[in-house]
Parts: sequence; structure tokens; C-alpha cells
Amino acid sequence: MTLTFDAVDAWWWPVFFILMAGAAATDVWRFLGVYFSARFSVESEAMVALRLLATALVAAVIGNLIVFPSGALAGTPLALRVGAAAAGFAAYLAASRRMAVGIFAAEAVLMAGIWMEA
Amino acid sequence: MIRISRSAQPSALLWFGRGASAAASLPGLILASAFVGFAGLAREAGFSLFESLLMVLSVWALPSMVVLVGAVQAGSGLVAAVVAVSLSAVRLMPMVMVLVPEMRGAKTRRWVPYLLSHFIAVTSWVMSLQRFPNIPRDARTSFYAGLAVMLMAFNVTVVAVVYLALPHVPAPVAAGLIFLTPMYFLTSLWGAAREKAGLAAMAFGVVLGPVLHAVLPQGDILAAGIAGGVFAYAFHRIGRARS
Repeated sequence: MTLTFDAVDAWWWPVFFILMAGAAATDVWRFLGVYFSARFSVESEAMVALRLLATALVAAVIGNLIVFPSGALAGTPLALRVGAAAAGFAAYLAASRRMAVGIFAAEAVLMAGIWMEA
Repeated sequence: MIRISRSAQPSALLWFGRGASAAASLPGLILASAFVGFAGLAREAGFSLFESLLMVLSVWALPSMVVLVGAVQAGSGLVAAVVAVSLSAVRLMPMVMVLVPEMRGAKTRRWVPYLLSHFIAVTSWVMSLQRFPNIPRDARTSFYAGLAVMLMAFNVTVVAVVYLALPHVPAPVAAGLIFLTPMYFLTSLWGAAREKAGLAAMAFGVVLGPVLHAVLPQGDILAAGIAGGVFAYAFHRIGRARS
């Protein structure tokens, strides 16, 4: 049996799930960071590999959020979401990496697309 | 109020206050927009308000929170979820290793960096590294505590308000709010990449995530992260061998 988020019908199970898969899984790295901060350098080869793996993992989540979204966003066409994300990203790069510009541009394209469809 | 340093003079409180007011800034606002997106994401994924706030308080790292929501939504088991979230959080270790030596003073108690490390995430990390050179070393833990606690308190409020308001918001607005999360990460991740291979890792991940989702709905994030990370690391080695 897989121990999913809904596997155990008890109030404490989702709390336990979040504390294990959420809090413990992140704080372990923070505590190790404090422990190692006096002992090791940040620039080792293993660190580079781990950083790349973590980047790819989060990027995979971003890709899924755009291609397979949930809720209200799922009602919009895939091409619009990909187009809005691409436009926002291009604006971000064009504006010498200003996040606010990229986010605003993406939202503007998304809203314009939804408004034209309706 | 917790005594942050052994010489808790009145100035510790003053620096805590300065840190707290530093939270009101453009990066702070952008972070709040990402939490607006997270509130929508968590609600649409079926998390209760309590569970959503528990994630904010106990995880306090948006990428890991989004991975956790994704794993639960995909029906992953506890072990798979722990592995996926752990991999997404590895990046916190080098971040903490960079920040802690900057804020540890001669009088800092040993447990203080452990307590403060729970609050380390991208926004407060960048903001404090920028400001530390202008802050006396003995005041840095107080300043960081103020900044971090304020950011967390404000975003807990944001998540609660958006979670409760979401059903009353028109669908196009709700769609726009949820879209804030991927855009926040798309831009912040690119800005945080230190080596060129980081950009390759991002490109691989963005494409492999959805592709593998079709093949392996329960292990897509993990598989895409590992495959993308390995490809990007190969890219890194090849690029370095050439130069």
C-alpha cells in the first residue's frame, strides 16, 4: 500500500505528512548548512552537481504548473499559457533581468488572451 | 522577545525593528505575489486552510512547497514525497553555508544560527547579503531575525486572505493569481543560476517535467529532476573541459 496524503483517515496524518515531507525534508538541509558552515567550502564539485539537480527539479515543477495546471488556470488554452510564460520570460531578459517586468508582462498577455477568448 | 545575543542591549531590539521594516521592499512585494499564487495553488489542490498555513510556517521555501503540493496531487507516497522535497531543498544547504558565517558574531550563541536557519529562503538571503556590509556584526542576527519574522508573518497573512477570498474572485483573476507562481520561479531561478549549466538545468527541467508527466505521473518531478540534473552536469563538465 502506498502511504499517500489521504491514506490514513485521521486528523493527524496530513499534519504528519506535511511535517515529514515538508518541514523535515527542508530543515535537514538548513541544519546541515549551519553545521558545515564552519567546516567546508561552498564551491566543491559535489555541491555544483547538487545545485544543478535541484534547479532541474524545480524547473520540472514549473513546467508542470504551466502545462498541467489546476483550478481556474486549467480552463485556459495551453498555447496561451505557454505563450504568456514565453512573453514574460522574454520581457524579463529584455529588461536586464527585472523580475517585476517579466511577471507583469506574462500576466498582461494571459489576461489579454482570456479577455479575447471570452 | 527572545534574547538573540548574549549582550542583549537595547540595540538588539532596535536592529530587529530595522530588519522588520526592511521587509517592506520590492523583493518583499514580489515574494508576496508568489505566496498569492501558492495560496491559489494549495486551495485548488484540495489543501485545507490549516494545512496551507502549516506548509508556509513549517517549510518556508516556495519551491519545496510547490513540489510537496505537486507530489500530493499526483498521489505520491510519503517516501517519494520526502525524496522529491529533499532534492528540491538541497540548494538551501549552500545558501545557509554562505549566510551563516556572515551573521555569526563573537557573542552569538551556538543555537541561534540553527533557529534562524529555518527562516532562510531566497528573498531574505539575497536581502540580508546585500545589507550586511552596512550592519555591525553583533547586530546582524537581530537584523536577520526581524527581517525573516516580518516576511513570514506578512506572507502567512497573505496566504490566509487569498485562500479565503479565492472562491469570491472571478475565474480570470483566479487564473492570473495562480499563474504568478510559475512566473515567479521562471524569473527568480534564472537570476539565481550561478553557472551556465544552471541555465541548461532549467531548460531541461522545464521540458522534461511535462514530458515525463505523461509517462510517469507519480514520479515525473523526481525523474525529470534527476535526468535534467545529470544532463546539465554533463554539460558543465564538457564546457569546462573545452575551456
